[in-house]
Amino acid sequence: MTVQVQTVVRARPARRRETARLWDNRNFLGLLFMLPAALILGVFLAYPLGLGFWLGLTDTLIGQPGRFIGLKNFISLAHDTVFWLVVFNTTLYTIVASVFKFVLGLYLALLLNRRLPFKAMLRAIVLLPFVVPTVLSAIAFWWIYDPQFSILSWSLVKMGVIHHFIDFLGDPWNARWSVIAANVWRGIPFVAITMLAGLQTIPPSLYEAATLDGASALQKFRFVTLPMLSPIIAVAMTFSVLMTFADFQLIYAITRGGPINATHLMATLSFERAITGGHLGEGAAIADAMVPFLLGAVLFSYFGLQRRRWQQGSRD
Amino acid sequence: MSGITRRGVLGAGAAAGLGLVGSRQAVAAPSWNGPAPEPGAQIRVLRWKQFIQAEYDSFVANTKKFSEKTGVKIRVDAESWDDIRPKSAVAANVGAGPDIIFGTLDDPFKFPDKLIDLTDLAEYLGEKYGGWYPVARKYGMKDKRWIALPHGATGGTLNYRISAMRAAGFDEFPKDLPGYLKLCQGLKKIGKPPGFALGHATGDANGWTQWCLWAHGGRTVDDNNNVVIDAPETVAALEYAQQLYATYIDGVLSWLDPSNNKAFLADQISLTFNGISIYVVAKNSPEPALKAIAADMDHANMPIGPVGHPTEQQNILNTYVYSFTKYPNACREYLRFMWEKEQVDVWETASGGYVAPPLPAWNDNPIWTADPKTTPFRDVLKFAQDDGYSGSLGYASAATMGDFVVVDMFAEACTGNQTPKAAAARAAERVKRYYQI
Repeated sequence: MTVQVQTVVRARPARRRETARLWDNRNFLGLLFMLPAALILGVFLAYPLGLGFWLGLTDTLIGQPGRFIGLKNFISLAHDTVFWLVVFNTTLYTIVASVFKFVLGLYLALLLNRRLPFKAMLRAIVLLPFVVPTVLSAIAFWWIYDPQFSILSWSLVKMGVIHHFIDFLGDPWNARWSVIAANVWRGIPFVAITMLAGLQTIPPSLYEAATLDGASALQKFRFVTLPMLSPIIAVAMTFSVLMTFADFQLIYAITRGGPINATHLMATLSFERAITGGHLGEGAAIADAMVPFLLGAVLFSYFGLQRRRWQQGSRD
Repeated sequence: MSGITRRGVLGAGAAAGLGLVGSRQAVAAPSWNGPAPEPGAQIRVLRWKQFIQAEYDSFVANTKKFSEKTGVKIRVDAESWDDIRPKSAVAANVGAGPDIIFGTLDDPFKFPDKLIDLTDLAEYLGEKYGGWYPVARKYGMKDKRWIALPHGATGGTLNYRISAMRAAGFDEFPKDLPGYLKLCQGLKKIGKPPGFALGHATGDANGWTQWCLWAHGGRTVDDNNNVVIDAPETVAALEYAQQLYATYIDGVLSWLDPSNNKAFLADQISLTFNGISIYVVAKNSPEPALKAIAADMDHANMPIGPVGHPTEQQNILNTYVYSFTKYPNACREYLRFMWEKEQVDVWETASGGYVAPPLPAWNDNPIWTADPKTTPFRDVLKFAQDDGYSGSLGYASAATMGDFVVVDMFAEACTGNQTPKAAAARAAERVKRYYQI
């Protein structure tokens, strides 16, 4: 009995020491502090993502458990003409809108970076399209593009430029360009403000040095601004491409994917098939099919725009 | 449904109604012996968002009356139709959410095993109020079990301007397809064209395109769910629709559900497919221009095609109770209370003819006859066909409609994007993907 007591008495300080050592261990503490964030990411990001992938491999219907069917959903989608039309729409929408957002956003940022009267107010105004809830701006565009009540058509008719109202959303190609324009309008502020933040981090001494070297405005832009801005461009455009590719609200509110599926994007088709149609498996497969495109966009932005040598002014 | 004529249905309905009334008087009115609500019951109801405030207020007042009478606490939330569909699906999937959903169409057929059996209640109501209309029966029953209670339909009819119809050479609204086409051509000629949604408009675009398909004998699937849309009848329907489309106002390809309301009230079109909302807005408006439109407009049921019987598609309001509810008896009792004529009369009156009855005995409400312009809405469920016609309702029918397969087929053919034959073949491929799962 006495021996046992002694053992217990000796064991306690040893355990306490071990615990105290553990609390001093940087690796353990690092792991512990990361745990809440990891849990949140795991529960709210990794799990839904994993579940989405799993659903895409099943024939799950709403309210009914599905069974594993391998790649059948993807094979079925590969034979679906609407799916391929939607892939085309999404790619076109993303590329064209992103290019316009980049060019116009950068141009706006350069303008706002100059010495302007009411600069703070102008910057706040530029952010407005981004601040307005998407659905509200979508409804505004729905009116702007209305075949009977469009303010644009009305103005052009009144000015004598055209004689009939433009069918913005009724013709497949008109509809595609119209929703792209709405997306560009909404997305420019994000790009512009991010680029502006980047522009303000460029040391003025670089421009002074370039001026002393006799660089023209275009050369200063090409060899100072652009390389110095490229990390910001990479981040801003990655986000912009991701948001454009996965756009849903704008399309859903303006056209619901019509006319004849000309403006359906992968996100809207996924919703339509999964929720409206009840085929969760197929809807998830469409969402899964977005991942390679998104990964491609991210990798392009990351590797393409963050090339160090190019940033340093080299030709590559 | 084949072989049914409007006159036949009316006659049979009237006879059945009279017979029922007579027999009930001779025997006894059916009585409801369902169990009383559970003590302390609390129910959450999710219903479609109101278009007419008085209708919603009346619905809530009836609910309050039930709560006062039984002590059951009820919370009513309202969402748009489009939002109820995903929410009802999520509730079925996760087994939590509202106890009762007042939703639409074939949603309950997507998760029939997650719903409580309403057979006893539906049979009681059917027996008491003259028997459910065939289309209501189809939307309520899965196999031999009632999984939902149809509450009516936000009926769609042809809304037309009387003066324009007369100017186009018609004294009364045509009842057959050649006459109807002639009217549309006449309206176009006088500069008051028709306008029918051909965009992804859930109610309006499906309404007129499904009617046109069915009127010519076309169907997406047959009685055994075999895909039969790629057929000469479909091609005939598309060729007819091409002629109609040529008379429509520009831009209908992009129209969503509210578009035709706006165009009609702005005096841009003189004929469209819509619920009673255009008329109600015009009638209740203080603006003289809108009041004049209300005075000059009327409603008609869709013309009858070569199949010889009405082939309307309507937005059925369907109600169902999840089996995860803790208070199934309270839910049943609440539904029974809301479906009893005493409550229905108040609600129908407040809704001003917005919801067409699923039971013949609800028809005697003066609201349907006080203003003859509302009468066509009363009868829409007598003539309607279900969305999966003539197959069964379920995932495939819901997905086919949700994917706008029929609407897109008409849009492709009408615009010349595809020939009618090619459009029908493409639609068949799309429908097969759903029905072959």
